[in-house]
This record gives sequence, C-alpha cells and structure tokens, in this order.
Amino acid sequence: MSSASVRSLQSWAYRYKRTWRGSAVSSVLQPVLFLAAMGLGLGSLVNRGHSRSLGGVSYLVFLAPALLAAAAMQTAAMEAAWPVMAAVKWLKTYDAMLATPLRVRDILAGHLTWIGVRILMVCTVFFVVMAAFGAIKSPEAVFLIPVGLLTGLAFAAPIAGYAVTLERDSGLTALFRFGVMPMFLFSGTFFPVSQLPVGLRPVAYITPLWHGVDLCRHLALGEASFLGSIAHVAYLLAWFVGGCLIANATYRRRLVQ
Amino acid sequence: MVAEGNGGALIHARGLTKRFGSFTAVDAVDFDVQRGESFGFLGPNGAGKSSTMRMIGCVSPFDDGVLRILAMDPATDGPTIRGRLGVVPQEDTLDVELTVRENLLIYGRYFDLPRSVVRERADRLLEFVQLDHRANDRVEPLSGGLKRRLTIARALISEPELLLLDEPTTGLDPQARHAVWDRLYRLKQQGVTQVLTTHYMDEAEQLCDRLVVMDNGKIVAEGTPRDLITRYSTREVLEVRLPAAETTAAVTRFDGAADRVEVLPDRVLLYAHDGEAALSAVHALGVKPDFALVRRSTLEDVFLHLTGRSLTD
Repeated sequence: MSSASVRSLQSWAYRYKRTWRGSAVSSVLQPVLFLAAMGLGLGSLVNRGHSRSLGGVSYLVFLAPALLAAAAMQTAAMEAAWPVMAAVKWLKTYDAMLATPLRVRDILAGHLTWIGVRILMVCTVFFVVMAAFGAIKSPEAVFLIPVGLLTGLAFAAPIAGYAVTLERDSGLTALFRFGVMPMFLFSGTFFPVSQLPVGLRPVAYITPLWHGVDLCRHLALGEASFLGSIAHVAYLLAWFVGGCLIANATYRRRLVQ
Repeated sequence: MVAEGNGGALIHARGLTKRFGSFTAVDAVDFDVQRGESFGFLGPNGAGKSSTMRMIGCVSPFDDGVLRILAMDPATDGPTIRGRLGVVPQEDTLDVELTVRENLLIYGRYFDLPRSVVRERADRLLEFVQLDHRANDRVEPLSGGLKRRLTIARALISEPELLLLDEPTTGLDPQARHAVWDRLYRLKQQGVTQVLTTHYMDEAEQLCDRLVVMDNGKIVAEGTPRDLITRYSTREVLEVRLPAAETTAAVTRFDGAADRVEVLPDRVLLYAHDGEAALSAVHALGVKPDFALVRRSTLEDVFLHLTGRSLTD
C-alpha cells in the first residue's frame, strides 16, 4: 500500500469519528439479538429434532460462525455501496481527493482498506459476543476474524466497482434485494445447503458467502481440513482480486474523463 | 528540476484539444500563463472553459496538442503537478459532515504535509478567509459564500504556486462576491498566479490581468480587459429607447451617428467614441428617444459582440 493510499484511508477514519458511537452500538447489538433469537430461541426447537445434518452440535454453535461470515458480507456491502456512490456523485469526495497528489488507485485502495477496517471491527466484536454465548468450541476459531475479513473483502471490491458506475441508487437497492439478501438466507448460514433442492445447490456453492460460511463453521468446530480451507481461501481471494481489477477499471472510467 | 522553458510560463498550451466522443469540447487552443499574473477564461456555458481547467488541473487527459504545467507533463507527472496546484472547483466538494477546520486538516493530509504544519496553516488560513470564528462549526449549514471561502482556504493549504478557480463566485450574493474578490486580490499581491473562469464580466475586469474569450471550444479573442474593449468595442455606448412605432424606421438613419448600431427588442445600442456626440446626432435627425443613457463600454459589450446574444442552452 502506498503512503498516498494510507493518507486517503486516514480521511475515512476521520469521517468515521463522527458516527462511531451508533455504529459501535449496532455492531454489538446485531450479534446479540441474532444469536439470542435464532441461536437460542429458534435453536431450542431445532435442537429437539436432533438433526444429523447439523453435525451433532447445538443450533447456536452451528449458526454463530456462519452469522459472523454473513455479518462481514453485510458490512462490506453497506460500506461499499452507498458511501462509494456518495463519494463519486453526491458529496464528490473523490473529486476533492483527485485534485490533490492522490491517484485513482490510491483513492480506491484507501477506501477499500477503510472498508476492510470496518469489517475487521464488526468481526472482532462478533467474535467476542460469540465467545460470551459459549459458541466457540476450538482454538482454531481465532481464524474466524481474518476469514471474516476476507469474506467481506470478496464482496467489497466488486460492489465498490459496481457502485462507482451508477447514476441512481436504484441499482444498489436491487443489489441488496436480489443479491445480498438471498445470499444471506440461502448460502448455508441458517441451514445446510444440503437441505436445498438439488438444482439450487450449485447456485449456493458459487456464492462467495457459502465459502466464507463453510470455512468459518469448520474452523469454529475445529474440523477444518487443510486443503478444504486453502480452497475456500483461494476462492474468496479470487473474488477479491478480480473485484479489485474491475473496480480499478470502473473507477478510472468514471473519475478520469 | 528542469528549467522552465517558454519564457518561464507556468502554463504553456499549444493546440490543446479535448474530445468527448464526437464532440470537441476544446478545439486546438493556444495560451501561456506567466508567473504572477491573473489569467481568465471567459465564455458562455459550454464554451469549453471548465474542460480546459480540468486539463490544467491534471484530472482530465487531453486528446491532442501540447500542455506543460510548471514545465512538467500532466500525462506523466500528474501527481507532482497537482501537489503544487490549488483547486477551487465549480461545485463545492467539501466534507459537509465535518467541521470547517477538519476539512482543512483532512485536505492537508492528502498533500502529505506533516500534521503540525497542517494545523498551523489551517489556523492561519481560516483567519485569512475570515472563518476563524466558525472553525468548529459543521460545514453543512454554512451559507454559499462561507463555503466558497472555505474552499479557497482549502485550496491554499499546500501553499500552491498556481491557483485554479472555476467560476469562483457563481451563485453568491454581492457581499459574498466582494469578500471573495478581496481575498483573491490579496493573494495576487502575495504573488500567487491565478487562473480563473467566469461568465461575469465585472469579475473578469476586477480580477484578470489578461484573459481569453472562448466560444464553441475555441479562443476567439485574447488581451487585457482594456485591449479587448479597445479592439472589439468603442469607448462609449449610447443606449436609447424609442417609441415602438419609430424604432425600425429610425434605426436605418442612425448609421452616420455611430460606429456600429445594434437593435435589441427593448432598446437600440449605438457604439461610439463620444456618446454625447452620438446623442446630439440622434436629436439632429429629429428623433426623440423615450430614454437615453451614455455609458462607458464594458467587457460585457465585447463578450456579447464576440459570442453573440443568442442563448447557448
């Protein structure tokens, strides 16, 4: 990372100082509410069924690591969608940066790094809440935080690359309605993908979220295989790197005219 | 450091061209801006002023021609050049959620200035633009004039050699405009080279040592405000309003009374060296205007003569 992109990153941290309280409260409240309602509440029903497809663990333990990956995705999508559009269109933050020695790639790298910092914050808080709920069963679970970060970045880069091209934010609403929300519900977070109709399973397997969910779940249970983990990481990295390349091109096209 | 060629011009442009698809926004323009001067681009909307400014600001690549800024090439030295420019864009790009002072602190960091230097300059600049009493207020509710002054302060945080101002006072009330002009005049006295665009003629007369008039992407005239008035207008203008019935008939007879006659829907303009003499000539023709006014020619007369009276958009 160039020093120029670090300087653009600092400006995002500066802006965050204004809103950090609200965002800190919600990043604690979100996992507490979800783990209480779904993990414990709904889980008490699920556990009675002694479902073998959960791998013989309680629903809370099954759900929590996957929800961490999903929270990483949602944070990434929120931070890469409207803030990017605002920076290019409504507030013209990028234009202000471009009039200085910063280059397009510094601006992109700075903003993506900032989104990464936000994902890291959310994943760390989530991890602590998980521990408080007793949902961590293995020392390998510490890897949930970096894997959560990678899962988030796999979304942040392509979404930023998309958001920068838009003239109206209806494209972002559609992205959440038809992309983020269905992924959240059907990529193995709440129930195993094996419960989906056979024809739909491949769709779940190609989503980056499933790879994040599956890896996080195996790590939390201490059941992650080396090769399987490498494959998941490689897949997520490919989305991140591909997303960066796309975003670099779309940022240039939009900002350099 | 390469020696600055072209007689020390800070900006040197030859055949500078910018196209957007099949539309040529800037069509082979030539100009030089010397150190210490205030140089203006005048023109109606869509004349190519802002496109030219963006090329000078090294944020928009050009398609043809030569452009040297501070003796460097924007295509390869963009970040270095931008580090020595101050830019006041047409639309405010302030961080409206942050305070006045925070805007300067963040912006200064983009230039890789040490925090202590930025803090010291921020305080000094806020005093300079008379915003020190608002330093800790959020930007959003500030008036247009205060935001402009903050944008100017922000552009100065890197102590630029060259200040680019794209329509610096558009949309401001007269008091705010004069406050901005006053600050720009002080900067000029401090030796800061300024390049500005405007479609306000009084602004150009106030601020510019030299200017070019642009129309349809081309430079149609160049000189000092006084030169341009001498060349493209007369010393004085007589404005008369005639009874509606007489207008058409009278005008054909005015030819001898002035160098040039222009008929507008509501009045007739007679361009003449001596406006009072022209008025006597009109009276001598037996015409009794409802209203007559002799005034000095302004850049506005030059501007309208060169770029026409029809609306451009």
